[in-house]
Amino acid sequence: MGLVESGRVPKPLSKLLNLSRKYSIWAYQWGLACCAIEMGAAFASPRYDVMRLGVIPFPASPRQADLVVIAGTVTDKLAPAVVRLYEQMPDPKYVISMGSCANCGGPYWDSYSVTKGVDQLIPVDVYVPGCPPRPEALLEGILLLQERIAHEDMAERWKGEPIVVN
Amino acid sequence: MTAVSDPSQLSDLVAEATDTRVNLDFESEGMTLNMGPQHPATHGTLRIVAKLDGEQVISAEPICGYMHRGYEKIVEVRTYPQINALINRIDWLGSFANEVPFILAAEKLMGVEAPPRAQWIRTILFEMSRVANISLFLGDFGLQLGGMTAGFYAFRDREHVLNMIESATGGRFHPNFDRIGGLKDDLPKGWIADSHVAMDKLLAFCDEMEDLLVGNEIFQSRTRGIGVIPAEIALNYGLSGANLRASGVDWDLRRDGCPPGLVYDQADWKVWTHPDGDCFARTWVRLQETREAAKIVKQLLDTIPAGPVMAKVPRIIKVPEGEAYVATENPLGEMGYYIASKGDLVPFRVKIRSASFNNISIVPWVARGAYVPDLISILGSLYFILGDIDR
Repeated sequence: MGLVESGRVPKPLSKLLNLSRKYSIWAYQWGLACCAIEMGAAFASPRYDVMRLGVIPFPASPRQADLVVIAGTVTDKLAPAVVRLYEQMPDPKYVISMGSCANCGGPYWDSYSVTKGVDQLIPVDVYVPGCPPRPEALLEGILLLQERIAHEDMAERWKGEPIVVN
Repeated sequence: MTAVSDPSQLSDLVAEATDTRVNLDFESEGMTLNMGPQHPATHGTLRIVAKLDGEQVISAEPICGYMHRGYEKIVEVRTYPQINALINRIDWLGSFANEVPFILAAEKLMGVEAPPRAQWIRTILFEMSRVANISLFLGDFGLQLGGMTAGFYAFRDREHVLNMIESATGGRFHPNFDRIGGLKDDLPKGWIADSHVAMDKLLAFCDEMEDLLVGNEIFQSRTRGIGVIPAEIALNYGLSGANLRASGVDWDLRRDGCPPGLVYDQADWKVWTHPDGDCFARTWVRLQETREAAKIVKQLLDTIPAGPVMAKVPRIIKVPEGEAYVATENPLGEMGYYIASKGDLVPFRVKIRSASFNNISIVPWVARGAYVPDLISILGSLYFILGDIDR
Protein backbone atom coordinates (compact mmCIF):
# COMPACT_ATOMS: atom_id res chain seq x y z
CA MET A 1 0.00 0.00 0.00
CA GLY A 2 3.00 2.27 -0.03
CA LEU A 3 2.17 3.27 -3.59
CA VAL A 4 -1.35 4.29 -2.67
CA GLU A 5 -0.31 6.39 0.28
CA SER A 6 2.31 8.27 -1.67
CA GLY A 7 -0.23 9.00 -4.41
CA ARG A 8 1.80 7.38 -7.17
CA VAL A 9 -1.01 5.12 -8.37
CA PRO A 10 -1.93 5.26 -12.07
CA LYS A 11 -5.15 7.18 -12.47
CA PRO A 12 -7.40 4.38 -13.81
CA LEU A 13 -6.26 2.16 -10.98
CA SER A 14 -6.97 4.75 -8.30
CA LYS A 15 -10.38 5.35 -9.84
CA LEU A 16 -11.13 1.65 -9.60
CA LEU A 17 -9.86 1.58 -6.03
CA ASN A 18 -12.05 4.54 -5.08
CA LEU A 19 -15.09 3.03 -6.75
CA SER A 20 -14.75 -0.17 -4.80
CA ARG A 21 -14.08 1.69 -1.56
CA LYS A 22 -17.11 3.88 -2.12
CA TYR A 23 -19.55 0.98 -2.37
CA SER A 24 -18.15 -1.20 0.38
CA ILE A 25 -18.13 1.04 3.43
CA TRP A 26 -18.30 -0.92 6.64
CA ALA A 27 -19.97 1.42 9.08
CA TYR A 28 -19.52 0.99 12.80
CA GLN A 29 -22.48 2.17 14.85
CA TRP A 30 -21.41 4.15 17.87
CA GLY A 31 -24.85 4.89 19.20
CA LEU A 32 -24.75 7.09 22.26
CA ALA A 33 -28.16 8.68 22.70
CA CYS A 34 -31.37 9.54 20.90
CA CYS A 35 -29.61 9.69 17.53
CA ALA A 36 -28.79 6.00 17.88
CA ILE A 37 -32.44 5.16 17.35
CA GLU A 38 -32.61 7.24 14.18
CA MET A 39 -29.33 5.69 13.08
CA GLY A 40 -30.87 2.30 13.79
CA ALA A 41 -33.90 3.30 11.75
CA ALA A 42 -31.61 4.29 8.88
CA PHE A 43 -29.39 1.23 9.14
CA ALA A 44 -31.69 -1.57 10.20
CA SER A 45 -35.20 -0.64 9.17
CA PRO A 46 -36.69 -1.80 5.89
CA ARG A 47 -38.04 1.69 5.23
CA TYR A 48 -34.66 3.39 4.89
CA ASP A 49 -32.36 0.42 4.25
CA VAL A 50 -28.83 1.70 4.03
CA MET A 51 -27.50 -1.44 2.38
CA ARG A 52 -28.83 -0.36 -1.00
CA LEU A 53 -26.23 2.42 -0.87
CA GLY A 54 -23.39 -0.04 -0.43
CA VAL A 55 -22.94 0.46 3.31
CA ILE A 56 -22.68 -2.59 5.52
CA PRO A 57 -23.65 -1.59 9.05
CA PHE A 58 -22.65 -4.72 10.96
CA PRO A 59 -18.92 -4.91 11.65
CA ALA A 60 -18.29 -6.77 14.87
CA SER A 61 -15.52 -4.48 15.98
CA PRO A 62 -14.04 -1.09 15.09
CA ARG A 63 -11.00 -2.94 13.76
CA GLN A 64 -13.09 -4.02 10.77
CA ALA A 65 -14.70 -0.66 10.11
CA ASP A 66 -14.07 2.06 7.53
CA LEU A 67 -16.63 4.51 8.83
CA VAL A 68 -17.82 5.34 12.31
CA VAL A 69 -21.04 7.21 12.96
CA ILE A 70 -20.82 9.07 16.25
CA ALA A 71 -24.52 9.35 17.01
CA GLY A 72 -25.34 11.16 20.20
CA THR A 73 -24.02 13.00 23.19
CA VAL A 74 -20.34 12.53 23.94
CA THR A 75 -19.68 13.13 27.62
CA ASP A 76 -16.33 13.83 29.19
CA LYS A 77 -16.42 10.45 30.88
CA LEU A 78 -16.86 8.75 27.53
CA ALA A 79 -14.32 10.82 25.62
CA PRO A 80 -11.34 8.47 26.19
CA ALA A 81 -13.39 5.59 24.81
CA VAL A 82 -14.21 7.57 21.67
CA VAL A 83 -10.55 8.33 21.04
CA ARG A 84 -9.59 4.74 21.68
CA LEU A 85 -12.21 3.49 19.26
CA TYR A 86 -10.98 5.84 16.57
CA GLU A 87 -7.40 4.72 17.07
CA GLN A 88 -8.42 1.09 16.68
CA MET A 89 -9.84 1.66 13.23
CA PRO A 90 -7.56 0.94 10.28
CA ASP A 91 -6.76 3.65 7.75
CA PRO A 92 -8.37 4.98 5.58
CA LYS A 93 -11.10 5.86 8.07
CA TYR A 94 -13.98 8.30 8.03
CA VAL A 95 -16.11 9.84 10.76
CA ILE A 96 -19.68 11.08 10.54
CA SER A 97 -20.78 13.24 13.43
CA MET A 98 -24.52 12.80 13.71
CA GLY A 99 -26.73 15.19 15.64
CA SER A 100 -26.27 18.48 17.36
CA CYS A 101 -24.72 16.97 20.49
CA ALA A 102 -21.88 15.36 18.60
CA ASN A 103 -21.46 18.44 16.40
CA CYS A 104 -21.25 21.10 19.06
CA GLY A 105 -22.91 20.05 22.32
CA GLY A 106 -26.42 20.81 21.10
CA PRO A 107 -29.01 21.44 23.80
CA TYR A 108 -26.37 20.70 26.44
CA TRP A 109 -24.17 23.57 25.35
CA ASP A 110 -23.82 24.79 28.94
CA SER A 111 -23.66 21.43 30.69
CA TYR A 112 -20.73 20.65 32.92
CA SER A 113 -20.34 17.07 31.76
CA VAL A 114 -20.84 17.13 28.00
CA THR A 115 -18.02 17.42 25.49
CA LYS A 116 -18.91 20.30 23.20
CA GLY A 117 -18.38 18.61 19.90
CA VAL A 118 -16.67 15.37 19.04
CA ASP A 119 -14.35 17.23 16.67
CA GLN A 120 -12.38 18.26 19.73
CA LEU A 121 -11.36 14.62 20.01
CA ILE A 122 -11.19 13.15 16.51
CA PRO A 123 -11.26 14.60 12.97
CA VAL A 124 -14.76 14.64 11.49
CA ASP A 125 -15.56 14.27 7.77
CA VAL A 126 -19.29 14.89 7.68
CA TYR A 127 -21.47 16.85 10.08
CA VAL A 128 -25.17 15.94 10.06
CA PRO A 129 -27.18 18.55 11.99
CA GLY A 130 -30.51 17.97 13.69
CA CYS A 131 -31.80 16.93 17.08
CA PRO A 132 -32.03 14.15 16.14
CA PRO A 133 -31.53 14.24 12.36
CA ARG A 134 -34.04 12.28 10.36
CA PRO A 135 -32.75 9.03 8.87
CA GLU A 136 -32.86 10.66 5.44
CA ALA A 137 -30.38 13.27 6.64
CA LEU A 138 -27.94 10.57 7.70
CA LEU A 139 -28.36 8.86 4.34
CA GLU A 140 -27.55 12.14 2.61
CA GLY A 141 -24.45 12.48 4.74
CA ILE A 142 -23.37 9.02 3.67
CA LEU A 143 -24.02 9.87 0.00
CA LEU A 144 -21.90 13.01 0.29
CA LEU A 145 -19.15 11.01 1.93
CA GLN A 146 -19.28 8.49 -0.91
CA GLU A 147 -19.00 11.38 -3.36
CA ARG A 148 -15.87 12.52 -1.59
CA ILE A 149 -14.38 9.03 -1.56
CA ALA A 150 -15.03 8.67 -5.30
CA HIS A 151 -12.91 11.71 -6.12
CA GLU A 152 -10.35 11.21 -3.44
CA ASP A 153 -6.68 11.47 -4.07
CA MET A 154 -5.06 9.36 -1.41
CA ALA A 155 -2.06 11.64 -1.14
CA GLU A 156 -4.29 14.67 -0.54
CA ARG A 157 -6.56 12.88 1.91
CA TRP A 158 -6.37 15.09 4.92
CA LYS A 159 -6.45 18.43 3.16
CA GLY A 160 -10.22 18.54 2.49
CA GLU A 161 -12.66 20.65 4.44
CA PRO A 162 -15.38 18.79 6.36
CA ILE A 163 -18.81 18.44 4.74
CA VAL A 164 -21.88 19.94 6.39
CA VAL A 165 -25.23 18.52 5.34
CA ASN A 166 -27.66 21.35 4.67
CA MET B 1 7.48 -16.21 57.39
CA THR B 2 7.00 -15.29 61.00
CA ALA B 3 8.60 -17.25 63.75
CA VAL B 4 6.22 -19.81 65.20
CA SER B 5 6.88 -20.99 68.73
CA ASP B 6 3.69 -22.74 69.71
CA PRO B 7 3.34 -26.26 68.21
CA SER B 8 -0.45 -26.02 68.04
CA GLN B 9 -0.20 -22.78 66.16
CA LEU B 10 2.20 -24.47 63.78
CA SER B 11 -0.20 -27.32 63.09
CA ASP B 12 -2.98 -24.80 62.46
CA LEU B 13 -0.82 -23.05 59.93
CA VAL B 14 0.02 -26.30 58.20
CA ALA B 15 -3.65 -27.25 58.00
CA GLU B 16 -4.51 -23.85 56.60
CA ALA B 17 -1.82 -24.11 53.98
CA THR B 18 -3.04 -27.56 52.97
CA ASP B 19 -6.57 -26.23 52.66
CA THR B 20 -5.40 -23.42 50.48
CA ARG B 21 -3.57 -25.77 48.20
CA VAL B 22 -6.59 -28.05 47.87
CA ASN B 23 -8.83 -25.08 47.13
CA LEU B 24 -6.43 -23.84 44.52
CA ASP B 25 -6.70 -27.15 42.74
CA PHE B 26 -10.47 -27.05 42.48
CA GLU B 27 -11.30 -23.38 42.23
CA SER B 28 -10.47 -21.25 39.28
CA GLU B 29 -8.86 -17.92 39.93
CA GLY B 30 -11.81 -16.17 38.40
CA MET B 31 -11.93 -13.58 35.72
CA THR B 32 -13.17 -10.04 35.45
CA LEU B 33 -15.29 -9.43 32.39
CA ASN B 34 -15.83 -5.88 31.33
CA MET B 35 -18.97 -5.42 29.28
CA GLY B 36 -19.22 -2.09 27.57
CA PRO B 37 -19.23 0.85 27.67
CA GLN B 38 -20.29 0.39 24.09
CA HIS B 39 -21.97 -2.32 22.13
CA PRO B 40 -23.45 -2.05 18.63
CA ALA B 41 -26.81 -3.42 19.76
CA THR B 42 -27.38 -0.76 22.40
CA HIS B 43 -28.30 2.86 22.24
CA GLY B 44 -26.37 4.53 24.98
CA THR B 45 -23.44 3.46 27.03
CA LEU B 46 -23.44 1.40 30.17
CA ARG B 47 -20.55 -0.53 31.57
CA ILE B 48 -20.97 -3.71 33.58
CA VAL B 49 -18.00 -5.14 35.45
CA ALA B 50 -18.74 -8.81 36.02
CA LYS B 51 -16.55 -11.05 38.14
CA LEU B 52 -16.77 -14.58 36.85
CA ASP B 53 -16.02 -17.99 38.26
CA GLY B 54 -15.88 -20.13 35.17
CA GLU B 55 -19.13 -19.45 33.42
CA GLN B 56 -20.91 -18.17 36.51
CA VAL B 57 -21.23 -14.57 37.56
CA ILE B 58 -20.08 -13.92 41.13
CA SER B 59 -20.83 -10.23 41.07
CA ALA B 60 -21.91 -7.75 38.47
CA GLU B 61 -21.65 -4.07 39.06
CA PRO B 62 -23.20 -1.53 36.71
CA ILE B 63 -21.13 1.62 36.25
CA CYS B 64 -23.34 4.51 35.27
CA GLY B 65 -22.55 8.05 34.31
CA TYR B 66 -21.41 7.69 30.72
CA MET B 67 -24.56 9.45 29.59
CA HIS B 68 -24.78 11.97 32.42
CA ARG B 69 -25.68 15.29 30.86
CA GLY B 70 -26.34 17.23 34.03
CA TYR B 71 -30.08 17.70 33.60
CA GLU B 72 -30.87 18.73 37.14
CA LYS B 73 -28.29 21.48 37.00
CA ILE B 74 -29.12 22.68 33.48
CA VAL B 75 -32.82 23.10 34.22
CA GLU B 76 -31.98 25.63 36.92
CA VAL B 77 -31.03 28.09 34.19
CA ARG B 78 -33.80 27.27 31.71
CA THR B 79 -37.31 28.71 31.59
CA TYR B 80 -40.23 26.30 31.81
CA PRO B 81 -40.92 26.11 28.04
CA GLN B 82 -37.20 25.55 27.46
CA ILE B 83 -37.14 22.73 30.00
CA ASN B 84 -40.08 21.17 28.22
CA ALA B 85 -38.01 20.97 25.04
CA LEU B 86 -35.03 19.58 26.93
CA ILE B 87 -36.68 16.81 28.94
CA ASN B 88 -37.91 15.08 25.80
CA ARG B 89 -34.43 13.66 25.63
CA ILE B 90 -34.39 11.86 28.99
CA ASP B 91 -36.15 8.71 27.86
CA TRP B 92 -35.73 9.17 24.15
CA LEU B 93 -37.97 6.35 23.04
CA GLY B 94 -41.10 7.63 24.73
CA SER B 95 -40.41 11.33 24.41
CA PHE B 96 -43.90 12.67 24.87
CA ALA B 97 -44.34 10.71 28.07
CA ASN B 98 -41.45 12.66 29.62
CA GLU B 99 -43.14 15.99 29.11
CA VAL B 100 -46.45 15.12 30.71
CA PRO B 101 -45.48 14.76 34.39
CA PHE B 102 -43.39 17.92 34.28
CA ILE B 103 -46.17 19.93 32.69
CA LEU B 104 -48.69 18.49 35.14
CA ALA B 105 -46.49 19.45 38.08
CA ALA B 106 -46.10 22.99 36.74
CA GLU B 107 -49.85 23.21 36.14
CA LYS B 108 -50.46 22.03 39.68
CA LEU B 109 -48.31 24.85 41.02
CA MET B 110 -49.95 27.44 38.78
CA GLY B 111 -53.47 26.21 39.46
CA VAL B 112 -54.20 25.80 35.76
CA GLU B 113 -56.12 22.92 34.28
CA ALA B 114 -55.99 21.91 30.64
CA PRO B 115 -59.32 21.77 28.72
CA PRO B 116 -60.87 18.31 28.30
CA ARG B 117 -59.88 18.01 24.65
CA ALA B 118 -56.24 18.67 25.54
CA GLN B 119 -56.43 16.05 28.30
CA TRP B 120 -57.75 13.49 25.84
CA ILE B 121 -55.11 14.21 23.23
CA ARG B 122 -52.41 14.15 25.90
CA THR B 123 -53.47 10.72 27.03
CA ILE B 124 -53.62 9.46 23.45
CA LEU B 125 -50.14 10.72 22.64
CA PHE B 126 -48.87 9.38 25.96
CA GLU B 127 -50.07 5.91 25.09
CA MET B 128 -48.78 6.22 21.54
CA SER B 129 -45.32 6.96 22.85
CA ARG B 130 -45.66 3.90 25.06
CA VAL B 131 -46.43 1.82 22.00
CA ALA B 132 -43.47 3.32 20.13
CA ASN B 133 -41.21 2.64 23.10
CA ILE B 134 -42.16 -0.92 23.96
CA SER B 135 -42.47 -2.10 20.37
CA LEU B 136 -38.79 -1.29 19.98
CA PHE B 137 -38.07 -3.20 23.20
CA LEU B 138 -39.66 -6.32 21.73
CA GLY B 139 -37.50 -6.07 18.63
CA ASP B 140 -34.36 -5.11 20.48
CA PHE B 141 -34.68 -7.91 23.01
CA GLY B 142 -35.05 -10.38 20.19
CA LEU B 143 -31.96 -8.89 18.59
CA GLN B 144 -29.98 -9.28 21.80
CA LEU B 145 -30.96 -12.93 22.07
CA GLY B 146 -29.91 -13.57 18.49
CA GLY B 147 -33.16 -13.20 16.59
CA MET B 148 -32.50 -10.39 14.15
CA THR B 149 -35.84 -10.70 12.38
CA ALA B 150 -37.67 -9.29 15.37
CA GLY B 151 -35.52 -6.17 15.23
CA PHE B 152 -36.33 -5.53 11.58
CA TYR B 153 -40.03 -6.04 12.15
CA ALA B 154 -40.03 -3.70 15.14
CA PHE B 155 -38.33 -0.93 13.19
CA ARG B 156 -40.77 -1.44 10.34
CA ASP B 157 -43.96 -1.29 12.38
CA ARG B 158 -42.76 1.39 14.76
CA GLU B 159 -42.75 3.81 11.84
CA HIS B 160 -46.56 3.69 11.75
CA VAL B 161 -46.77 5.18 15.24
CA LEU B 162 -43.97 7.65 14.60
CA ASN B 163 -45.80 8.86 11.50
CA MET B 164 -48.90 9.58 13.54
CA ILE B 165 -46.95 11.37 16.25
CA GLU B 166 -45.16 13.37 13.58
CA SER B 167 -48.29 14.40 11.75
CA ALA B 168 -49.89 15.58 14.99
CA THR B 169 -46.92 17.26 16.65
CA GLY B 170 -44.42 17.98 13.88
CA GLY B 171 -41.70 16.08 15.68
CA ARG B 172 -41.01 12.53 14.66
CA PHE B 173 -38.93 11.84 17.67
CA HIS B 174 -39.05 14.68 20.15
CA PRO B 175 -42.53 16.22 19.88
CA ASN B 176 -42.22 19.11 22.36
CA PHE B 177 -45.97 19.44 21.99
CA ASP B 178 -47.13 19.91 25.56
CA ARG B 179 -47.62 23.37 26.96
CA ILE B 180 -48.52 24.55 30.41
CA GLY B 181 -52.29 24.82 30.15
CA GLY B 182 -52.83 22.59 27.16
CA LEU B 183 -51.25 21.71 23.85
CA LYS B 184 -49.49 23.61 21.12
CA ASP B 185 -51.97 22.80 18.37
CA ASP B 186 -55.13 20.92 17.63
CA LEU B 187 -55.09 17.66 15.73
CA PRO B 188 -54.76 17.79 11.94
CA LYS B 189 -57.61 16.77 9.68
CA GLY B 190 -58.07 13.05 9.21
CA TRP B 191 -55.70 12.18 12.04
CA ILE B 192 -58.20 10.16 14.03
CA ALA B 193 -59.03 7.80 11.16
CA ASP B 194 -55.36 7.37 10.32
CA SER B 195 -54.53 6.62 13.94
CA HIS B 196 -57.13 3.87 14.02
CA VAL B 197 -55.40 2.26 11.04
CA ALA B 198 -51.97 2.65 12.64
CA MET B 199 -53.13 1.11 15.91
CA ASP B 200 -54.66 -1.83 14.03
CA LYS B 201 -51.29 -2.39 12.41
CA LEU B 202 -49.60 -2.29 15.80
CA LEU B 203 -52.07 -4.80 17.21
CA ALA B 204 -51.21 -7.06 14.29
CA PHE B 205 -47.54 -6.49 15.10
CA CYS B 206 -48.15 -7.63 18.67
CA ASP B 207 -49.76 -10.82 17.40
CA GLU B 208 -46.82 -11.36 15.10
CA MET B 209 -44.37 -10.85 17.94
CA GLU B 210 -46.30 -13.25 20.12
CA ASP B 211 -45.92 -15.94 17.48
CA LEU B 212 -42.43 -15.08 16.38
CA LEU B 213 -40.69 -14.23 19.61
CA VAL B 214 -42.61 -15.02 22.77
CA GLY B 215 -43.90 -18.31 21.41
CA ASN B 216 -40.49 -19.33 20.15
CA GLU B 217 -39.00 -22.35 21.91
CA ILE B 218 -35.45 -21.02 21.85
CA PHE B 219 -36.59 -17.70 23.21
CA GLN B 220 -38.48 -19.40 26.01
CA SER B 221 -35.58 -21.62 26.98
CA ARG B 222 -33.36 -18.56 27.22
CA THR B 223 -35.78 -16.56 29.33
CA ARG B 224 -37.95 -18.88 31.42
CA GLY B 225 -36.74 -19.27 34.98
CA ILE B 226 -33.84 -16.90 34.43
CA GLY B 227 -33.31 -13.75 36.43
CA VAL B 228 -36.16 -14.39 38.85
CA ILE B 229 -37.04 -11.38 41.01
CA PRO B 230 -39.46 -12.12 43.87
CA ALA B 231 -42.11 -9.54 44.65
CA GLU B 232 -40.66 -8.34 47.96
CA ILE B 233 -37.16 -7.92 46.52
CA ALA B 234 -38.63 -5.96 43.62
CA LEU B 235 -40.45 -3.69 46.04
CA ASN B 236 -37.37 -3.25 48.21
CA TYR B 237 -35.26 -2.15 45.27
CA GLY B 238 -37.90 0.32 44.16
CA LEU B 239 -38.65 -1.25 40.81
CA SER B 240 -41.60 0.12 38.95
CA GLY B 241 -43.44 -0.39 35.73
CA ALA B 242 -43.52 -3.69 33.93
CA ASN B 243 -40.55 -5.02 35.91
CA LEU B 244 -42.63 -4.79 39.07
CA ARG B 245 -45.81 -6.13 37.51
CA ALA B 246 -43.92 -9.10 36.12
CA SER B 247 -43.10 -10.03 39.72
CA GLY B 248 -46.78 -10.26 40.51
CA VAL B 249 -47.28 -6.85 42.16
CA ASP B 250 -50.49 -5.36 40.83
CA TRP B 251 -49.52 -1.68 40.81
CA ASP B 252 -49.93 0.75 37.99
CA LEU B 253 -49.86 4.50 38.42
CA ARG B 254 -52.29 4.91 35.55
CA ARG B 255 -54.92 3.18 37.66
CA ASP B 256 -53.69 3.72 41.24
CA GLY B 257 -52.92 7.37 41.63
CA CYS B 258 -53.31 8.79 38.18
CA PRO B 259 -52.71 12.56 38.44
CA PRO B 260 -55.56 14.82 37.32
CA GLY B 261 -55.10 15.80 33.70
CA LEU B 262 -54.95 12.31 32.22
CA VAL B 263 -58.15 10.48 31.36
CA TYR B 264 -57.37 6.82 31.85
CA ASP B 265 -60.64 6.33 33.70
CA GLN B 266 -62.51 7.03 30.46
CA ALA B 267 -61.24 3.86 28.80
CA ASP B 268 -61.80 0.22 29.60
CA TRP B 269 -58.47 -1.49 30.07
CA LYS B 270 -56.62 -3.94 32.26
CA VAL B 271 -53.37 -4.04 34.22
CA TRP B 272 -51.49 -7.20 33.36
CA THR B 273 -49.36 -9.02 35.89
CA HIS B 274 -47.40 -12.23 35.78
CA PRO B 275 -46.55 -14.34 38.83
CA ASP B 276 -43.15 -15.68 37.67
CA GLY B 277 -40.87 -12.66 37.85
CA ASP B 278 -38.40 -14.04 35.32
CA CYS B 279 -37.17 -12.61 32.02
CA PHE B 280 -40.04 -14.23 30.15
CA ALA B 281 -42.62 -12.67 32.45
CA ARG B 282 -41.16 -9.22 31.92
CA THR B 283 -41.31 -9.60 28.15
CA TRP B 284 -44.81 -11.02 28.27
CA VAL B 285 -46.14 -8.23 30.49
CA ARG B 286 -44.67 -5.64 28.15
CA LEU B 287 -46.23 -7.31 25.15
CA GLN B 288 -49.64 -7.24 26.80
CA GLU B 289 -49.08 -3.62 27.79
CA THR B 290 -48.44 -2.64 24.21
CA ARG B 291 -51.74 -4.23 23.27
CA GLU B 292 -53.56 -2.49 26.08
CA ALA B 293 -52.02 0.85 25.14
CA ALA B 294 -53.17 0.44 21.54
CA LYS B 295 -56.64 -0.42 22.80
CA ILE B 296 -56.72 2.64 25.10
CA VAL B 297 -55.75 4.83 22.15
CA LYS B 298 -58.49 3.34 19.99
CA GLN B 299 -61.14 3.86 22.65
CA LEU B 300 -60.10 7.42 23.43
CA LEU B 301 -59.95 8.34 19.75
CA ASP B 302 -63.67 7.70 19.49
CA THR B 303 -64.59 9.85 22.47
CA ILE B 304 -62.47 13.00 22.03
CA PRO B 305 -64.62 15.95 23.14
CA ALA B 306 -64.78 19.15 21.13
CA GLY B 307 -63.46 22.44 22.41
CA PRO B 308 -60.26 24.41 22.75
CA VAL B 309 -56.89 22.77 23.41
CA MET B 310 -55.37 25.61 25.42
CA ALA B 311 -56.46 27.19 28.67
CA LYS B 312 -55.85 30.83 29.49
CA VAL B 313 -52.29 31.21 30.69
CA PRO B 314 -50.09 34.31 30.79
CA ARG B 315 -47.72 34.80 27.91
CA ILE B 316 -44.65 34.83 30.09
CA ILE B 317 -44.84 31.86 32.39
CA LYS B 318 -43.89 32.45 36.00
CA VAL B 319 -44.66 29.58 38.30
CA PRO B 320 -45.72 30.75 41.78
CA GLU B 321 -43.72 29.82 44.84
CA GLY B 322 -44.24 26.31 46.09
CA GLU B 323 -43.33 22.69 45.64
CA ALA B 324 -45.08 19.94 43.74
CA TYR B 325 -44.39 16.34 42.81
CA VAL B 326 -46.24 14.60 40.01
CA ALA B 327 -45.45 11.11 38.81
CA THR B 328 -46.95 9.16 35.95
CA GLU B 329 -46.61 5.62 34.69
CA ASN B 330 -44.15 6.04 31.87
CA PRO B 331 -43.23 3.22 29.49
CA LEU B 332 -40.32 2.29 31.76
CA GLY B 333 -42.02 2.81 35.10
CA GLU B 334 -42.69 5.60 37.53
CA MET B 335 -41.33 8.90 36.34
CA GLY B 336 -41.81 11.99 38.43
CA TYR B 337 -40.68 15.57 38.69
CA TYR B 338 -40.34 17.40 41.98
CA ILE B 339 -40.41 21.08 41.18
CA ALA B 340 -39.36 23.62 43.79
CA SER B 341 -40.22 27.09 42.56
CA LYS B 342 -39.48 30.49 44.02
CA GLY B 343 -41.84 32.36 41.77
CA ASP B 344 -39.23 32.96 39.12
CA LEU B 345 -38.96 32.43 35.39
CA VAL B 346 -36.81 29.39 36.11
CA PRO B 347 -37.37 26.66 38.69
CA PHE B 348 -35.24 26.77 41.80
CA ARG B 349 -34.62 23.05 41.71
CA VAL B 350 -36.06 20.09 39.82
CA LYS B 351 -35.56 16.57 41.07
CA ILE B 352 -36.14 14.00 38.36
CA ARG B 353 -37.19 10.55 39.46
CA SER B 354 -36.62 8.34 36.46
CA ALA B 355 -37.59 4.71 36.36
CA SER B 356 -34.50 3.15 34.83
CA PHE B 357 -32.16 4.32 37.58
CA ASN B 358 -34.07 2.30 40.13
CA ASN B 359 -34.66 -0.56 37.75
CA ILE B 360 -30.96 -1.02 37.13
CA SER B 361 -30.12 -0.97 40.83
CA ILE B 362 -31.29 -4.58 41.06
CA VAL B 363 -28.69 -5.82 38.55
CA PRO B 364 -26.08 -6.83 41.20
CA TRP B 365 -28.74 -8.78 43.10
CA VAL B 366 -30.29 -10.56 40.17
CA ALA B 367 -27.08 -11.26 38.25
CA ARG B 368 -25.37 -13.06 41.11
CA GLY B 369 -25.14 -16.73 40.26
CA ALA B 370 -26.38 -16.30 36.72
CA TYR B 371 -24.45 -17.60 33.73
CA VAL B 372 -22.81 -15.22 31.29
CA PRO B 373 -25.30 -15.73 28.41
CA ASP B 374 -28.14 -15.26 30.89
CA LEU B 375 -26.70 -11.90 31.87
CA ILE B 376 -27.73 -10.66 28.42
CA SER B 377 -31.27 -11.93 28.95
CA ILE B 378 -31.43 -10.26 32.34
CA LEU B 379 -30.09 -6.92 31.19
CA GLY B 380 -32.24 -6.95 28.07
CA SER B 381 -35.43 -7.83 29.89
CA LEU B 382 -34.94 -5.27 32.67
CA TYR B 383 -35.17 -2.74 29.83
CA PHE B 384 -33.49 0.45 30.83
CA ILE B 385 -32.75 3.43 28.65
CA LEU B 386 -29.38 4.91 29.33
CA GLY B 387 -30.49 8.51 29.15
CA ASP B 388 -33.11 7.63 31.71
CA ILE B 389 -30.50 6.20 34.08
CA ASP B 390 -27.96 8.97 33.99
CA ARG B 391 -30.04 11.97 32.92
